[in-house]
Amino acid sequence: MPFVQRGTNSPSSSNAKERKQRVARLLWTGRLGERTRWVVGAPPDQHSPAGWCEPQTLEIRPSRRSLQVKFVPDEDVLRHIADDTGTKVRKDKAQLSVSVKRFVKKLENISDNEAQETLEEKNYVATLGICAQDPVGNGSHISGGEVYSFQTPKRSNKMSELASELARTPERNVTPNHSKCPEKMAKTPQSTKRSSSNKVQQKNEKKEFVSTTPYKLRKRLAAPDPYLESESEYSASCSEEEDEEEQKEVNAVLPDQKTPAKTKATFTPLRRNSLAKKAKEQKMDNLVEEYFEAHSSSKVLTSDRTLQKLRKKRLTQQALRDLLKNAPVAYAAEIRDLNQQHESLFSKWMLQLHLGFNIVLYGLGSKRDLLEKFRTSLLQDSVHLVVNGYFPSITVRSILNSITEEVLDHIGTFRSPLDQLEFITKRFKEDSSLELYVLIHNLDSQMLRGERSQQILAQLCSLPSIYLIASIDHINAPLMWDQAKLSLYNWLWYETTTFNPYVEETSYENSLLVQQSGSLALSSLMHVLHSLTLNARGIFRLLAQHQLEKKDNPSYPGLSFQDFYQQCREAFLVNSDLTLRAQLTEFRDHKLIRTKRGADGVEYLLIPVDDSTLTDFLEKEDEDV
Amino acid sequence: MKFREIPTAALVLGVNVTDHDLTFRGLSDVLQDNITPYVALLEAKDCPGIKNLMQKLMGQLMNCDIDVDSLEDEDCVQVSQNRIRCSMSSLISWYESIKKKTDSETPSKKRNSSSRYWQSPPVVVIFKDMESFTTKVLQDFIVISSQHIHELPLVLIFGIATSPMIIHRLLPHSVSSLLCIELFQSLSCKEHLSTIIDKLLLTSRFPFKLGAKVLQVLINIFLYHDFSVQNFIKGFQLCIVEHFYSQPLSVLCCQVADIKKRTYSLSHDQCENIRRLPSFRRYVEKQESGKQVALLTNDSFLKEETAKLLEDLHVYHENYVSILRCLHVFTSSLPKYPLGKQIRELHCACLENRVWETEEYESSLQLARMLNKTDLVNMLQQCVEILMSSSGREFDKTAEKLKEFLTQFQNLEAEASQERDVSVSSQKELQKKTDLYHLQKTLLEMKESRRSKKLTKFEMLRFEVVDYIDSLVRKYLVPAEDRTLHEIVYFNTASVLRGHLNAAPRTALHTALNNPHWYLKLFCRELASADKQLGTLFKELGNLSCEGNSGKSSVGGTHFSVHALAMIFSFFIYSRKEILSPTPIRMTVHREKSSVCYSFQTLSY
Repeated sequence: MPFVQRGTNSPSSSNAKERKQRVARLLWTGRLGERTRWVVGAPPDQHSPAGWCEPQTLEIRPSRRSLQVKFVPDEDVLRHIADDTGTKVRKDKAQLSVSVKRFVKKLENISDNEAQETLEEKNYVATLGICAQDPVGNGSHISGGEVYSFQTPKRSNKMSELASELARTPERNVTPNHSKCPEKMAKTPQSTKRSSSNKVQQKNEKKEFVSTTPYKLRKRLAAPDPYLESESEYSASCSEEEDEEEQKEVNAVLPDQKTPAKTKATFTPLRRNSLAKKAKEQKMDNLVEEYFEAHSSSKVLTSDRTLQKLRKKRLTQQALRDLLKNAPVAYAAEIRDLNQQHESLFSKWMLQLHLGFNIVLYGLGSKRDLLEKFRTSLLQDSVHLVVNGYFPSITVRSILNSITEEVLDHIGTFRSPLDQLEFITKRFKEDSSLELYVLIHNLDSQMLRGERSQQILAQLCSLPSIYLIASIDHINAPLMWDQAKLSLYNWLWYETTTFNPYVEETSYENSLLVQQSGSLALSSLMHVLHSLTLNARGIFRLLAQHQLEKKDNPSYPGLSFQDFYQQCREAFLVNSDLTLRAQLTEFRDHKLIRTKRGADGVEYLLIPVDDSTLTDFLEKEDEDV
Repeated sequence: MKFREIPTAALVLGVNVTDHDLTFRGLSDVLQDNITPYVALLEAKDCPGIKNLMQKLMGQLMNCDIDVDSLEDEDCVQVSQNRIRCSMSSLISWYESIKKKTDSETPSKKRNSSSRYWQSPPVVVIFKDMESFTTKVLQDFIVISSQHIHELPLVLIFGIATSPMIIHRLLPHSVSSLLCIELFQSLSCKEHLSTIIDKLLLTSRFPFKLGAKVLQVLINIFLYHDFSVQNFIKGFQLCIVEHFYSQPLSVLCCQVADIKKRTYSLSHDQCENIRRLPSFRRYVEKQESGKQVALLTNDSFLKEETAKLLEDLHVYHENYVSILRCLHVFTSSLPKYPLGKQIRELHCACLENRVWETEEYESSLQLARMLNKTDLVNMLQQCVEILMSSSGREFDKTAEKLKEFLTQFQNLEAEASQERDVSVSSQKELQKKTDLYHLQKTLLEMKESRRSKKLTKFEMLRFEVVDYIDSLVRKYLVPAEDRTLHEIVYFNTASVLRGHLNAAPRTALHTALNNPHWYLKLFCRELASADKQLGTLFKELGNLSCEGNSGKSSVGGTHFSVHALAMIFSFFIYSRKEILSPTPIRMTVHREKSSVCYSFQTLSY
């Protein structure tokens, strides 16, 4: 049933049909000379709905569907292209669905190969002794091939497969070679069939048709017209007017993956009988051309239907949080059991930490609570350092600083982190009674994942009296470490799938569901301010209030420093402009304020946050007070 | 050596970078003990520029200076180290001052030092990971130091992980011509592994043993992942920790001398633990009923029996190792090595199951039956040596027997010469006949006789030897799992080891998203299917490489899906920050009459 999609397609209004035909003609246009164009296509009157319901009849009676070859002057073509704005939309959509299809097909190929690989992997897995299942429960019963794969480069045989796949497709449709001799083609029965098949394809949402239209041909078409040029196959453009129905359509195409294959099957015998040799030649040509076509552009067709396009208003952070809070947690009891299982390992972790191993936790779900529990239950009486790796401005230097300053009580600065590390190493080696537990939430966070920071952390944690327990979340996190770092870290891996939501970890991130509120989210604002003194918060409040008062003024430059100082003095928040400056530096370091120098040389202070966030913030502050 | 050339040793160490640390530490210790006190170890990560390199170098050299004469003007050196500008000239002046100092020392001291070191000890600079150094730094350092080679006798050592060719790739000809390179090749890491296995596992000195699967996991991690001996040792350490942490009866895993004492101090609960061991149960079932009751009810009887069994186990180990080595002598010289070339492979095979039931063993026996005499004699001699040196008392007889075989082989030689005479005479007979018919007849006869020919004495003896070895194998190389109380000594939970050493975070995520019930210990079809689609969706996003499509979830599962989706969202925010390819994700939420569609798409610009 190759044509099932027709039913699910967009409403076949006469207008749409006409458009399709036009597109068809357009794409069949090949250039022979400078001034002349030949259009190959079935006459429009033969496009009866009954005809394209039954592809078989098309084949059996090719004579009826004879081709019409006529001369079309350039102007006509241009007119065709120019006046039909709908074309673009149609075509694009078709491309989209085709690429989806092709993609699916490729996936099928790949999975075939992978089946074999899986087999090999299983052998290896068996040799590693994986057969025994872990009672605690990690998912290692799955072999590597079934897991989310890396972005692997295509293998050699896959390339040829792809090429032949591509070469086969145009047989059903149009090929670049056809444009060379359209007259000749038109006379042969084969091409008749081909055109009829094309018709079928056209109505078939022109999926194959558009996508496999040779690159060359398209280019030629596009060259005279800037309008068409703008939409190359790989541009990610997508119509604005696309409605919901069309999206459904894309989804509906998927189940019919097999369509092209079956279509092909119906046509093959004819081809072989009539012009097998020629077809073979062409195929060879196509193979080469299509190969390069397939591999010349690495870009992938994508959609630009984004959240921004959504008519529904997005939620605020608070609303989303409330919604999520109200949603009942599914399988709470089971998750609790699971977490209790992990908690039973605490004493073992302690033992292993003391024996010189470091512990890394992985698995889905936030491991923050687990580590916190570990900390509160076992580390209360010992020196420990908690590093929130997910904090956006954490650095290795701040970690090292807190060790030297808080743990070793050393006052002074270091020229480089390496010097600092050397100092720490020396101190820890000298004093064997010194012990330090380091807990790092999200060792793979943006700020810590760098090569240098990992190197320093690894060296730090290779010290025998520093015990590290860390968590990772990124799926590719293990790629951070090479052999040398791994051996420095001396990891013991623990799988702790908790299924807990990443609430804390993502509080610094902008969720896709949440209204984007400036570059600084409310939560981070709150976080920073909570760590400041009351006076500092007051200062920030003053500035925020002032900015809100002036929110109707679009050319508000910010509060000048002198005015601000005056206000702060009046509110008994500062006693000298030095203290105010110190506070402002703090704000600036956290990117809470921005300073600008005006034309008159006066410093203006501005909070780079939009007004609604600021209002929210002030409300929150009021609540707190 | 030509004018201005720096003596250089290129040390090819192989890819197991993690082990190099140990090698270099050993090397610098040896150098410091025997040749020169001035050894500096440089790593690429400390030396991003020539300035840092000089700093590091001088720091290390002057530190070892402090070590040598720590009593004299220590603070002077300390201060100068901070003040001195790090340049070659300051290094030279430092070296000259050192030399002067050693020259002016008292004769007694001088003799002392000169006995250990040369008159002017060279300064050895070790570049630990030559490949990672920036070429510029290396070139500059070599050019500069070659200018001063007469004032400062420098010796370089390059640690190379890949191939010696890298020197020429890193250094242009003008620079490499300043070096007088001598190539040294270290032992391959596999040999180190063999040594460790030999010293650690194939000995009865340590009571703790590795089970077959565990050993396999460790060896496979070594061979397939890192070639790192250090990691192997780490794995071994983890095994010990796990065994003594998880097995309550590991108290009894001790030296033979302590067995009695420890068994008698067992509590009643521990006795119950022993009774619960599967291998002990099997043992009990085999006993007669009276003893069965005693074993299961009487603690003190059980303790006695346990002590005896443990001692048996120890004896078994002693015998096992010796016989394993003997068998290895045979199998390692067979063509194609059906039982493996290394003794560790043989060890794994023997641990895993009854080796004499395997096909490989069958074929290796057959091959052994075709060995020639010199090889066979050689092997027998080796076996005798092994058995004589082993501590097992049982082997006196066995060694005797093997010796007997050896003398028989020697006796054979005389007989063999006689036999040869016979065959020669028959051939002479053959030459006399000229009649075609007779010739044919005699040839046929000879063929017949050869076919039905009785085995020669040598062949008989060879069969006998092989059969004897076979009987030894059957007697002593019983897999450990068949032994009673093996759980006490053998660590066998390979899955734990694999989970901690060779973890697969991707698999864990995959399972958690696709089959959460696997973790939550429940089975809910709806959940599973809903989640599978979310998983597919995740897969596409996780790849971040290809175009994704939609995952649908029915209304029934909607609240769950929303929850899971939120979780995935927060997850994506992490995965969006791909290490490899920063690819933004686009997502559409689309609501229809009865279902919710989420469609995700990734964009690559």
